Amino acid sequence: MTYKAKFRVWRGEGGEGRLEDFTVEVNEGEVVLDIIHRLQATQAPDLAVRWNCKAGKCGSCSVEINGKPRLGCMTRMSTFAEDEVITVTPMRTFPVIKDLVTDVSFNYEKALQIPSFTPPKDVKPGEYRMKQIDVERSQEFRKCIECFMCNNVCHVIRDHDENKPKFAGPRFLMRIAELDMHPYDVADRKDLAQEEHGLGYCNITKCCTEVCPEHIKITDNALIPMKERVVDRKYDPLVWLGSKIFKRSSSKTG
Amino acid sequence: MSQTTTDSPVRRQRAQLKVRTLRTDRWWLAPALTFVALASFIVYGFWAIFDSSYFVEPYVAPFSSPCLATSCPEGARFLGFAPFGDWFTLPPGILILGLPAGFRLTCYYYRKSYYRSFWLSPPACAVSEPHKKYSGETRFPLIIQNIHRYFFYGAIVIGAVLSYDAVIAFRNHEGEWGHMGLGTLILVVNAVLIVLYTLSCHSCRHITAGRLNHFSRHPLRYKAWTWVSKLNAKHQQLAWVSMFSVMIADLYVRLVAKGVITDLQFF
Repeated sequence: MTYKAKFRVWRGEGGEGRLEDFTVEVNEGEVVLDIIHRLQATQAPDLAVRWNCKAGKCGSCSVEINGKPRLGCMTRMSTFAEDEVITVTPMRTFPVIKDLVTDVSFNYEKALQIPSFTPPKDVKPGEYRMKQIDVERSQEFRKCIECFMCNNVCHVIRDHDENKPKFAGPRFLMRIAELDMHPYDVADRKDLAQEEHGLGYCNITKCCTEVCPEHIKITDNALIPMKERVVDRKYDPLVWLGSKIFKRSSSKTG
Repeated sequence: MSQTTTDSPVRRQRAQLKVRTLRTDRWWLAPALTFVALASFIVYGFWAIFDSSYFVEPYVAPFSSPCLATSCPEGARFLGFAPFGDWFTLPPGILILGLPAGFRLTCYYYRKSYYRSFWLSPPACAVSEPHKKYSGETRFPLIIQNIHRYFFYGAIVIGAVLSYDAVIAFRNHEGEWGHMGLGTLILVVNAVLIVLYTLSCHSCRHITAGRLNHFSRHPLRYKAWTWVSKLNAKHQQLAWVSMFSVMIADLYVRLVAKGVITDLQFF
């Protein structure tokens, strides 16, 4: 079934731009990225869009469709009414390079600031022995495709650009949680999460979880558990007392 | 269209959209309904605390339980215990209000709901918030949210008291065991929901085994964690149904106590 859809697409270099109207053909089974490609092929050959796998696994085609962060390749046209105007804009939290392509280097800078996996000094690569139940929690977070839609939707930096130096965003707080929960990681990450990467800024409004295309429970399984671990370290006098009496390390327990 | 380089100021800009959101769905509906529901709960709670009809044999209204003052009727006192003497002239519900209220106020789910619906921070995903500055839970007063686990310990006590109230509700108005009325059923359902909501708490999940990194070394705690995790996935639903159940149970007891309705006796 073919019909003509009304599209409004952000066009412009850098932040300056405007929404341009297009009427474009839509065929059965197509996704929004297909329509963007048809626009490129027929009406706007210089329209910039970042994409790669068209299978929801590379995280390249993150845009905002009718105001919601979505992957262009995973948003079916059948989810819209035929007379609906579909607005496609670049991710709002990051600077625009051109049209729908944003500069997501903020995320790579944050990734660099997180100390990598730190095994005990006496354990050599190849000697790690872990049971599945010990690594299951961290494995959920490894499903991340780095589309950065969680960081894009997070109001801490979306609405407050000034917080960017102090806040790593859900993606990288989840990375810290992943490593902190790892049975062979010995680095102290609780103070780092709170003091350097702004875990306290998170007010757990769960937008990161809502937009995650991999359905990772970022808030419930990474951010809140990490907040609780920080409470152990910084705000719970009983845990502090227990660690003193029983000589238990509160940085890596059990 | 002019060419830009990575150094030009315009390249460092986000898309200059002048609207608060481009969402076309009814994003305002969920925060609006949440606001109405939570505000109703608060208003009801204030009324209930100052209402004196909180006891009718064998039922104690949940908002006033445990009743710990000598001003409480004999049968309403928790295990006959009344540590607060005649000098305490305020409604006895005030004595214990802080525990359940603090537990819900600092609950990770309720925080989401009232940050969105009351403080609009943000009102919905991808909808701009109206505040110029944001420091989240990094400083006073919101840094206090970190004491949630202490309210969880208190909520366990409250859950135990409400369960006890549900058990003693299997008596008739003369205090004889083996009877049940509609009030008993309501108090039992409420106690179950309150206990499930309490156990589904994120702090409970952390305390059972979430803080550990080697589940395999602690099989019993791991088992408890998997069970709490299943409940935790329903924390939002349990937060809502337990909030309504405690309100319904409380209102039912007060209406029976006032003589507005008669308790339906099953046996």
